[in-house]
Amino acid sequence: MADTSREFVLDGDARAGSDVLLAIAGGASLAGGLSWVNGGPARASRRSWLDTFDWRLYRAGLTLEQVSGRHGTELVLTGRDGGVLATQRVAAGPAWPSLAGALPAGPLRELIEPVAGIRALCPVARATSKVSELRALNDDAKTVARLAVDRMSVTFPARRPAPPRLPLTPVRGYSGFADRVSRAIAGVPGISAGRGSALDTALALAGQHAGDRPGKAAAVQLSPSMPAAAGMAAILTALLDSLEANVPGTIRDIDTEFLHDLRIAVRWTRSALKLCGRALPGGLAREFRPEFRWLGDLTTPSRDLDVYLLDFDGMAAGLVAATESELGPFREHLDRTRAAEHRTLVRGLRSARFARLAASWRAALDSVRPARKRPTVTQLAGTRISAAQGLALQAGLLITPHSPAQSLHDLRKRCKELRYLVEMFGSLHEPAQRWEAVRELKALQDCLGAFQDAEVQRAEIRAFAEQMLAARSAPAATLLAMGEIAAGLARRQAAARSEFDGRFAAFASPASQSRLSALAEPGAA
Amino acid sequence: MKIFATYNIKGGVGKTATAVNLGYLAARDGYRVLLWDLDPQGAASFLFRIKPRVKGGGKALIRGTKALDAAIKGTDYDGLDLLPADFTYRNLDLLLDAAKRPERRLASLLAPLKSEYDAVFLDCPPSISLLSESVLHAADLLLVPLIPTTLSVRTLDQLTEFLSGFNGHRPDVLPFFSMIDRRKRLHLQIAADLPAERSGFAEAGIGALSVIEQMSVHRAPVTAFAPRSVAAQQYAALWAEARQRAGLTG
Repeated sequence: MADTSREFVLDGDARAGSDVLLAIAGGASLAGGLSWVNGGPARASRRSWLDTFDWRLYRAGLTLEQVSGRHGTELVLTGRDGGVLATQRVAAGPAWPSLAGALPAGPLRELIEPVAGIRALCPVARATSKVSELRALNDDAKTVARLAVDRMSVTFPARRPAPPRLPLTPVRGYSGFADRVSRAIAGVPGISAGRGSALDTALALAGQHAGDRPGKAAAVQLSPSMPAAAGMAAILTALLDSLEANVPGTIRDIDTEFLHDLRIAVRWTRSALKLCGRALPGGLAREFRPEFRWLGDLTTPSRDLDVYLLDFDGMAAGLVAATESELGPFREHLDRTRAAEHRTLVRGLRSARFARLAASWRAALDSVRPARKRPTVTQLAGTRISAAQGLALQAGLLITPHSPAQSLHDLRKRCKELRYLVEMFGSLHEPAQRWEAVRELKALQDCLGAFQDAEVQRAEIRAFAEQMLAARSAPAATLLAMGEIAAGLARRQAAARSEFDGRFAAFASPASQSRLSALAEPGAA
Repeated sequence: MKIFATYNIKGGVGKTATAVNLGYLAARDGYRVLLWDLDPQGAASFLFRIKPRVKGGGKALIRGTKALDAAIKGTDYDGLDLLPADFTYRNLDLLLDAAKRPERRLASLLAPLKSEYDAVFLDCPPSISLLSESVLHAADLLLVPLIPTTLSVRTLDQLTEFLSGFNGHRPDVLPFFSMIDRRKRLHLQIAADLPAERSGFAEAGIGALSVIEQMSVHRAPVTAFAPRSVAAQQYAALWAEARQRAGLTG
């Protein structure tokens, strides 16, 4: 099939300009019937590519670029095929990182906001470009395609010049001409088809790829026969990578998910040490468990307040008797408290204690040398998943309609431990099998989560009210509105409690249990 | 998406020049713009060097057998696309007559383009017909060029009266003086007096300038090939008023 590529790379000559392009166009006797004109003086621009820390735009097939040049600053959103989906001129470059909600209203924001969600857009690469352009004209002297030479110099994440790129842009309604031009260019010596976008090029120069996700605690690739100690060291190292990757964003308070992902890495680490710590060389788990507990506790107040604030608008919108404006002083109290807690968290993350923990933990994991081949990581996964499954089932069977909230909380912890194990050892199982096995567990966890979150938030709103009263910052109308929120939380908790029996019954069903048990069987891995 | 229409019952008053220049200025401001050349003479298509031809003709577009976006062509200017004229547009009235709710047909054809364009300019042929009725129902803002003569004023009255009979959506009307000849006392007098008597007149007006006529030689908007000319400045002032009146933000 003929090559109709839209991106080319000029081999070798980094000084290429429009004269080189003209030579290419002329020398190649491109597509008959077309003439070429210079598209005007070269344009210089500064370019930034933006995405969330976990690459939500990239994973949705979107690329967001901010281009600043002589005529101002523009945001350009393109799709998988490189076609422009939306553009937005901005008065000045917004201060990145920033939430998509901070963008001016318009189609570009409408496309990005649902994808980025609560994650901020951060620069993932930066470059400067000098672009010279040629226009291909038909016999009416109408532009039917544009061929440019883009001399790009990457400034972030690495500082390097990129090979000159030759993007060919078809004009809408004239793609046939562009195809002819493309085929002709492909035959010109010294030019090869470009691989990937300008963003891909910028990242590749730093040895990175779009979609690399250091921020998320994900299952590492385990070999079924590897010794358990080596498997655990690999899992815990990946969790430490994730934890450390989220520290700068947490300190800079870029968005709430940095802290959330940091806490996930800490929780997984703590569960791994508790449930599988004995697989590690002597004393390692015992030595580090208190330190990770300290780290977990350090992050809890900020996260609880984040959850409250993320849920705030929804809670306020549900008010019936009170008005949203009456919650103003409560919102201010939450904002102040959160700011204070964040300062405490930042001090902790910048402390010598945290630096020591991260460094000594990495050194300890690096030095793990399994003395024995057995148990294998598969055997470890099997025994631990099986034990955690038994404990979760047992804890749930003890719950009666009269059980205190603490019993449900304990069950939730057992379920989380089981889930972490399934995810941690995920690479040992088929994704579809794993997904099927945790279906009922996930539904039960959602129910227990809703119950427990409402329980915690009810206790907190009472504490907040007392703090505000003590600080004389609580008008009566605000306290009444907070009371209404507390009542709403109680209703939400009661609804979750009424769902519990059905959800647990589904989890405890023989079919669900046998799917989970299958993950623990040696043949499953 | 805001829909602008350049409309006048009379011909030769500067409708196409207005649509072409305001469309170009809107695109230069960063809006995604579509200009639909509804006039079978295809002057706007000619000015953008685009062949006045649509596969399947007006019939396919009006019946919906060919999606509007498949007929759209890119102009030489970023952000500005054109839906070309076609000689079969001379029969659009008949085609609309056969369609269901003909007066709403243009609005419903343009609706799917809402996410793709911020502004659509409809360059209408001179007449008062089923097509113009459909344009008036679709438009948010009617740009009405008037040569400052007594007869022109009469056509504005006719249009206003026609619109007053509309139920539901009525476009906002922005009349402005076009082809003002500063050598003619009557032009200057009407251009000075009428805005004081009638509300809603644009402050900006377009002169009878030879550089505007040169558009057909350059085959480009005057705002593109002579951006510092008086004509370009007049169109820029008119666009600023039209943009504000239509509430086009961002």
